[in-house]
Amino acid sequence: MNETQNKNSIIRLFNVSKRFGGKLALKDITLDIEQGEFIFISGPSGAGKSTLLKILYLAEKVSEGQILIDGMNLARISSSKLPLLRRRFGMVFQDFKLIPTRTVYENVALVLEAAGEKPAYIKKKVMQVLRTTGMEKKFKALPPTLSGGEQQRVAVARAVVGEPSIILADEPTGSLDSKSAQAVLDFLMEYHKNGATVLIASHNLHLLESTVRGRNIEISDGTINRTATML
Amino acid sequence: MTHFVKKALADIRSNRFLNLITIITISLSILIVSLFLLFFENASRVIESWNKGGRAMIYLNKEFNLDMLPELKYRINGLGDIDEMVYISKAQALEKLKKDMSSQSAFLKTLKKNPLPDALEIKMKSYNSFKEVQRFAQSIKAIEIVEDVEYGQGWLGRFLKIFNLFKITGYTMCSLFFLIALFITANTVRLAFYSRKLEIEIMRLVGATETFIKAPFYVEGLLQGLFGGILGLGILLVTYVTISSGITQSLASYLYFDIRFLSIKLIVLIILGSTFLGWFGCYLSLKQILK
Repeated sequence: MNETQNKNSIIRLFNVSKRFGGKLALKDITLDIEQGEFIFISGPSGAGKSTLLKILYLAEKVSEGQILIDGMNLARISSSKLPLLRRRFGMVFQDFKLIPTRTVYENVALVLEAAGEKPAYIKKKVMQVLRTTGMEKKFKALPPTLSGGEQQRVAVARAVVGEPSIILADEPTGSLDSKSAQAVLDFLMEYHKNGATVLIASHNLHLLESTVRGRNIEISDGTINRTATML
Repeated sequence: MTHFVKKALADIRSNRFLNLITIITISLSILIVSLFLLFFENASRVIESWNKGGRAMIYLNKEFNLDMLPELKYRINGLGDIDEMVYISKAQALEKLKKDMSSQSAFLKTLKKNPLPDALEIKMKSYNSFKEVQRFAQSIKAIEIVEDVEYGQGWLGRFLKIFNLFKITGYTMCSLFFLIALFITANTVRLAFYSRKLEIEIMRLVGATETFIKAPFYVEGLLQGLFGGILGLGILLVTYVTISSGITQSLASYLYFDIRFLSIKLIVLIILGSTFLGWFGCYLSLKQILK
C-alpha cells in the first residue's frame, strides 16, 4: 500500500503486469483512482492503454499483481459473479461494438434486460437516455444505417443506461470527426458530473486537453511515464 | 421468459432456411417413429383381439372315458379363466369331419376304426400375452389324460416372431432417426451461435449472465422440437386419414377390427419427446461450444 491510497479509492492496481506470450504489455503498474475522478489515459499506439482497460473489465487476466474494484479483488471473482462486476462498468469502444441486427433501442435496452429490469422501467429509461444523447428519433434504426458519430452516441447511451459507477472508454473518439468527438466527450463529462468515475484511453491528447478537466496518466511501453492534473 | 421466446422467434425468422431444415428433419424423424408406433399399437390390438376369447382344442388320449369328464373339467377350470367348455366325443368329431368333407368323404367309409380322439373345446377368457396362453396350454398338457393342446401356436407364434422382428427394426430405425435429428439440431444451434458471436461477446461485456445468453438458444431448440413434432404428426394424420378411408371401404368385409390413429396419450408423449429432442440437441451443442 502506498501513500496515495485513500478511503475513496474505487480502482486500485498493485504491481500489475500483463504478458502476451513473451511480450510485456503492462509492466508493474501501481495506480489508485478515486471515486468520481476523470482519468485520461494517454500514450502512443501500442503503449498499453487498451490493455489496461481490458484487465479492469476482465476481458484479459493479469499475469502478475492484483486489482481491487471497490474493494473486490478481481483475482477472486468467480465466473458466476463476473456479470455482476461488469454491470458496474459502462464501456465505450472505438469500434462501437453495437449489434448490427438490433435496433438502437434494443442495443441500449440489452444492458437493462441482462440486469433483469422490468420492461416498463427499461422502456422509460432507454428513451430517457436516448433523448439525452440526441438519438431518440432514431431509436428504431439499425446501427449500420447510422453515421459513426451517431453510432458512438448509441454506444455511450448503452454505457450509461445502467447508471454504472465507472465508465471505461477505449479510444471513444478515435474514428469520429472533431464535432462528433466533442459531443461524445461532452456527454461523458456531463455524466461524470453526477459522480461517476470516468477512464478514457486515447492518443488524441490535443482534443482531451481542450475539453477535459481531470488527471492525465501517460503510458509508454507498458509503464506509467507521468501523471498530471489537467486544469 | 417472454424476452427469450421473442428472441428465439426472431432468430428463427432471421435464419428461416436453417431452421426450416431442422424442423423438417425433426418432423421426418417423428414421422418414422410415429409410423412404427401406429403399426405397433394397431398390431398389438389385433393380437389382443385374437387372444381375447381365443379357442383351444384339448385332445384326450385313449385311456379317457366319460366317467373321467367331470373331474377333468374341474381340473381344467382350476388352471385358468375359461369362458366355455364343450365335450366333443370322437364319434361327434368323425361326424363333423364327414360333414365338412362331404364331397370327399368316401375314403372315410373305408376306416375300420375311428382314428379321432375325444376332445374338449374351450373358449378362453382375456389373456394379456401370448406367453400366458402358452403357459396355460402347458399346464393343461401336463394332465395325464391329455394327449395334446392346439391353440393356434403355429400361426400366432409365427406372427409374433414377425411382429418382434418389426419391433427390433422399428427400434433401430427410430434410434437412427433420433440421432440424425439430434445431430442436425445440434448443428443448427452451433451455426446460430457462431453467427451471433459478436452479439454474445457484447452481451458478456454488458454483464449478461450465461443463463441470459443461453436461454434463447434453448427456447429455439425447444420450439424447433415442438414444431417438428407437430408437423411430423400432422403429416402422419393426413396420410392415415387418406389411406385408412380407402382401406375401410375396400377391406371392410374382411377386417373385423378398425385401424385406429395414435392415442392422445401417445400423441402427447411424442410431442414431449420431440420437444426434448430439440432441447437436448441444443444442450449438447452449447456444452461443447462453451466448455
